[in-house]
Amino acid sequence: MSFPLLTSILLAPVIGLILILIIPEREQLLIKITAAVATFVALALSVYAYVAYDQQLGGMQFLEDRVWVPAFGINYSLGVDGISLPMVLLTAIVIFTGVFASWDMTNRIKEFFIFLLMLVTGVFGVFMTRDLFFFYLFFEVAVIPMYLLIGIWGSTRKEYAAMKLTLYLLVGSAFALIGIIALFLYASNQLGYLTFDIQTLATVEYDIGFQKFIFFLMLVGFGVLVPIWPLHLWSPDGHVAAPTAVSMLHAGVLMKLGAYGLIRVGVFFFPEGAKFWAPLIAVLCIVNVVYGAMIAMVQRDLKFVIGYSSVSHMGYVLLGIAALNTLSLSGAVTQMFAHGIMTALFFALVGNIYHKAHTREIARFGGLAHQMPKVAAGFLIGGLASLGLPGLHNFVAEFLIFLGAFTSDQVLWGGLLSYRVLAVLAISGIVITATYVLRVVQKTFFGPRKAEWDVLEDARGVELVPIVVLCSVLLLFGLFPSLMVDLINTGVAPLVAKIEAAKAVGGIF
Amino acid sequence: MGIWQLLSVELLTAALGLGLLAVGLLMPGRERRGLAYVATAGLMGIAAVAWAMREAQGVVLNGYIIDPFGTYFKLLFLASAVLTCIASFDYIGRLPRGEGEFYALLVLATLGMMLVASAGELITLYLGLELMTISLCILVTYRKGDMKSAEAGLKYIILGALSSAVLLYGLSFIYGATGSTLLEDIGRVVAREGVKPLLGVGIIFVLAGFAFKMAAVPFHMWAPDVYEGAPTPITGFLSVASKAAGFAAFLRIFFGALPASHGLWAELIVALSVLSMVIGNLVAIPQKNIKRLLAYSSISQAGYLLLGVVAFSVLGVGAILYYSMIYVFANMAAFTAATAFFNEDGSDEIADFAGLARRSPLLAAVLLFSLLSLAGIPPLAGFVSKFYLFVAVIGQGYIWLALLAVLMSMVSVYYYLQVAKAMYFGEPPAGRAAVRVPLGMQVALVVCLAVLFFFGLYPTPLTGYAFNSAMVFLGQ
Repeated sequence: MSFPLLTSILLAPVIGLILILIIPEREQLLIKITAAVATFVALALSVYAYVAYDQQLGGMQFLEDRVWVPAFGINYSLGVDGISLPMVLLTAIVIFTGVFASWDMTNRIKEFFIFLLMLVTGVFGVFMTRDLFFFYLFFEVAVIPMYLLIGIWGSTRKEYAAMKLTLYLLVGSAFALIGIIALFLYASNQLGYLTFDIQTLATVEYDIGFQKFIFFLMLVGFGVLVPIWPLHLWSPDGHVAAPTAVSMLHAGVLMKLGAYGLIRVGVFFFPEGAKFWAPLIAVLCIVNVVYGAMIAMVQRDLKFVIGYSSVSHMGYVLLGIAALNTLSLSGAVTQMFAHGIMTALFFALVGNIYHKAHTREIARFGGLAHQMPKVAAGFLIGGLASLGLPGLHNFVAEFLIFLGAFTSDQVLWGGLLSYRVLAVLAISGIVITATYVLRVVQKTFFGPRKAEWDVLEDARGVELVPIVVLCSVLLLFGLFPSLMVDLINTGVAPLVAKIEAAKAVGGIF
Repeated sequence: MGIWQLLSVELLTAALGLGLLAVGLLMPGRERRGLAYVATAGLMGIAAVAWAMREAQGVVLNGYIIDPFGTYFKLLFLASAVLTCIASFDYIGRLPRGEGEFYALLVLATLGMMLVASAGELITLYLGLELMTISLCILVTYRKGDMKSAEAGLKYIILGALSSAVLLYGLSFIYGATGSTLLEDIGRVVAREGVKPLLGVGIIFVLAGFAFKMAAVPFHMWAPDVYEGAPTPITGFLSVASKAAGFAAFLRIFFGALPASHGLWAELIVALSVLSMVIGNLVAIPQKNIKRLLAYSSISQAGYLLLGVVAFSVLGVGAILYYSMIYVFANMAAFTAATAFFNEDGSDEIADFAGLARRSPLLAAVLLFSLLSLAGIPPLAGFVSKFYLFVAVIGQGYIWLALLAVLMSMVSVYYYLQVAKAMYFGEPPAGRAAVRVPLGMQVALVVCLAVLFFFGLYPTPLTGYAFNSAMVFLGQ
């Protein structure tokens, strides 16, 4: 029996949580150190898994299997492939840096770290499980801690935002749950036995009408989380209200759960259903990209800018999914990783500023680069990543997505609109992004020094951990894209094979 | 197995109840507290006997059936009775009336439920129901001098009598149509002759009578007021055990004896289920009192349990069994926590729970997780039980019903989180100290929490037990 690597990643935060449960509340430093160690263990193991994954072999690796509920064919089975491994790494990086971004919290930190670690356990679980029942279970585990984290430690309209987010996510997951059960029963009828194993379920031939219906349920269910326009309304409010570490996790990782679910459960199970609904996703994602970016332009609050920029950037992921070819899907997964890191960096920096200045209003800032040069540098790197500057990871992702979408030969409305046009429209989003990102950078960090802000101290000590780690990751994968893209390609290959083997299905329009 | 052995659980319970009553009369007032411990230990002992008999099968005197299905429900009643006893220690100790009778009545109500769950004959069933209802009537009014408690008692006795009358009326029709009170004979006659109109009328009346006991909409009107007025631990007992007894009898009659009449009541059950889920959950939203909130939530839970009836399959029955067992622990945990809070602050208002997370992290955590389990959020056991129910109904092609049910449970998250919001977001009122929770209660709460997490993460043992019982019950 080999070392259960993935279970260890899953259990590291759980053990940290249990330890924190028995540490008395007044030992604040000890609680933080425990959380940091637990997440570091998860990070170290994730990095190990990333390096040790055999790309020649491909497929699911580090498999673990335990029979769980035999009466329903539920197994505790873990494994990672080229799609989920980057997501596991992303989660580990974001939570590790998130703990450091919350280092200066003092209010009820025992409960804070308990809920934070509970949340991240659910996220790890979703990315690592190979069983559909556990997939949904972990998916839902993440929601309630999120409610409490935002409601207790948040800012701006926190109770409203927390409830809105919870209800949106739960209603979305209700659709996904029905889809999952229906697909389980359908497949079990075909197979003649009960199973929730994702690989086995994917071998079943689903009827086209059934695929269309269930894919739609999945699209709504996971689309809320992505968030796909017009189901995105919870996300900017949630981002803004959440405390720093939660915003980082939320925008950095939680939104990726939606896209991951859409790929893993939606496209992988129902290639024909995906082809049918792809035009709808493609059109909506352009709204995401352009509308999100335009709304970001007019925001006055730093966090709202980033919140809407997330809506815009996740639109690229959706475009990558809608185009349904190797390039675009690899790009989508790469973008999920790159955006997660970038947005976590943003939120860490904004959290740092807000903690010291007690405001996030762009108009009140100016020339902060004088007082906070390190924060300014970090923000500039994040901003340049956001507008897709070559050399940073986001460029790789966006380039792949645009290329994939441009080479797609699908057409909409009987040839009236092609994916080429959509790709061009999506690229225009980059121009708008450049406008608002540079505007924010200029108004906040550049310009004459303001005496009012001389009291602000630059990031130092542990506060630098998130900035340094996240910027390095963006640069590393930006300069050596093959470190990640090769891995992702091995994960996308079986997916694309399934799509190509699928029958030709006309799109919804 | 001999007749005495088969009846050992019932006999022991009756002996315990009568013993408590007798000893309670003889004991001086100050020593009666000890009865609570006797009752708790006795019920636990009986639960152990019931567990040892979980595989036993046999028929006593033609009309009394001992089978795994009935024993499952007996364990469930015993578990809720034990938890009710533990929750009652301090609460009842403060009331002016005797404690001896309280525990004796509680045990006798449990006995009534056991008779209901095992009855294979209509008169026995009715006797069990009455024993349960009359004992509960007295328990509901136990807060003597409190207007709400008196109102609750009055409502419960009048509406209880009404529902009993409706049920009895229906039973008499069934007897008239089939010429027997034995379920076995009734089943044989119906299978041979089909559903005659007279029998149909009887079935509808019986259905209404059981819907009262389950508190399913539109027969739920008594529940909120009775739940609010009754002593809190009794409210918990009423909402879990009495409801489960209703389901046990319902399943025995309708699945055991009258499966041939399925076409007649299938649509009615769908309607009851939808109404209970929608109205229960929507009306719970504006509630300000934790007991009323839980009352409406328990109405909606009846709607979920009815989904298992809609499914009309082994899967459905197994899901009902699983669900009701988990429901006991979730709901009793919530009511026990509410009792502990009431003992300290004397309030049931949700607004007064503000800052409870600071005053007692244990109570807040128990309330939070038990409510989330009721809502069906993983990794708590409530999720698994709802999951089984949804699988059962979707398996019968009711996708719309399952979708409605899931969406309604998301609505329930909203009002459950209102409680969480008060406990976790609010600040404790100035000058209020930590809430003291007696050791016995702490143990009970932690056990409930452990059960909810354990069966949420590893449902296999209970799943196996529940589904095997369902399979034996349906003879498959």
